[in-house]
Amino acid sequence: MTVPDQVHETVESVYQSESRRVLATLIRLLGDFDVAEEAMHDAFRAALEQWPRDGVPANPRSWLVSAGRFKAIDGLRRQKRFDSLDDEDNKADVAVIDETAWADPESVDDDRLRLVFTCCHPALAFDAQVALTLREVCGLTTEEIGRAFLTPAPTLAQRIVRAKAKIRDARIPYQVPEPDELPERLEAVLRVIYLVFNEGYNASSGAALTRHDLSAEAIRLGRLVVELLPAPEAVGLLALMLLHESRRAARTTPSGELILLEDQDRSSWNRDLIAEGSRLVRAALESRRFGPYTLQAAIAAVHAEAPTAAMTDWAEIVGLYDALLRLDDSPVIELNRAVALAMRDGPAAGLASIDEIIGRGDLRDYRLVYAARAEFCRRLGRMAEARAAYQKALALTRQEPERRFLERRIAETGP
Amino acid sequence: MKYLCLVYLAHDKLHAVPDRECQACGDGFRKSGLLVAAEALEPIDTATTVRVRNGKMSITDGPFAETKEQLAGFYLIEARDLNDAIQVAAKIPPAREGSIEVRPVRQLVP
Repeated sequence: MTVPDQVHETVESVYQSESRRVLATLIRLLGDFDVAEEAMHDAFRAALEQWPRDGVPANPRSWLVSAGRFKAIDGLRRQKRFDSLDDEDNKADVAVIDETAWADPESVDDDRLRLVFTCCHPALAFDAQVALTLREVCGLTTEEIGRAFLTPAPTLAQRIVRAKAKIRDARIPYQVPEPDELPERLEAVLRVIYLVFNEGYNASSGAALTRHDLSAEAIRLGRLVVELLPAPEAVGLLALMLLHESRRAARTTPSGELILLEDQDRSSWNRDLIAEGSRLVRAALESRRFGPYTLQAAIAAVHAEAPTAAMTDWAEIVGLYDALLRLDDSPVIELNRAVALAMRDGPAAGLASIDEIIGRGDLRDYRLVYAARAEFCRRLGRMAEARAAYQKALALTRQEPERRFLERRIAETGP
Repeated sequence: MKYLCLVYLAHDKLHAVPDRECQACGDGFRKSGLLVAAEALEPIDTATTVRVRNGKMSITDGPFAETKEQLAGFYLIEARDLNDAIQVAAKIPPAREGSIEVRPVRQLVP
């Protein structure tokens, strides 16, 4: 390999590891996403020209930030000469910056956190938060994001352009929120990460397979947030994702059929992910300032640590669902509790709980209510009722593997 | 930067917040230098929308769009950025009955 080739490879690997950090700092220094993005690309272009000649700098990141900033200011100056109408105080300020702050690792970390919080700002539409986070924080292309969400790339690009325009025009500040706003703002960030994870975890059909696995991207984001801001719920969400991810291989047959938790081959669960997830859950629980993500992770950890479905500590799981319901009394959580209750006290108890939910008029169009009701009836030997409930669930499902699963059950309950 | 905080209220909530509370809120904002202007508006029945298309003015009865909530008043405030403006908007009393639309004020280009 020739020297220029080697340098080329170095630039490539620096791009992989540092481009998001460089971008995050340039946005702070230049005050504009688009200007910063262009500056970053100019900086890497300059690296490709200069590093083969002058050698790779000792601190590539601060070299890139410095080069990017210089290119941007130079560009704006030149533009100003031709564009005398440009408003002065807005752009001339770009040059007056604290130069010592660039290379300081702490402020670089702050920049990454600023970027995360700005992309997940609640003043942006939720769709836009997700797209912008994947684009700017994770560095995915709009084509990649589009493929993952089954959305045409131009639609996504438009969403990102609008979000950036709003950040600029409504002046969404590039800041880590103040302590009194932090819990709420962190919740918005975690919601984006969890959606990205679920999109990758639950939409495992062929069409959703992409080069970038969304669940892996979400876990990476979760790790980044925990590294920068180890709040209990951020830790809880990371644990939850790792514990779910540990079962990925066991959830479907090679032909893509769904396998229920109780029927999964537990030897194929990823023990490293379970160990890490369980450790994180314990840390989050010990903080005593945890929330719904941590409790869900705790439930996942109880499942993960049980050697068989029958040996699961169902009493513990019912207790955790009770705690979860105190934080968020949603009917979906109540449904999950009913399933755990059926495991603890028998199917009749689960059925009574589910019929109460349906009786209230909640979850009437939710397929899983009927799937659970069918399961309890089947175990109680009430086959006609089971069959009717499976059919209701089937009419509501839109997932191919789920449809096949329900059809098998209907066949089993006989005519 | 200036932000316009638009107060939206459902028709039956137009008088849910006492006038004197809004008055006091405006006075408070004015004292802390946040407020540029604030007015309450007459109900939606009095609204007119003006549009100009191809140099021709058209006037229609009613607000810009049909929604359950209607524009009930506004506060023109001065804020450092959107986060600050949102903090101020959240303090406007009808925020709890309806919604406040926060719009950055656009500087006219000469």
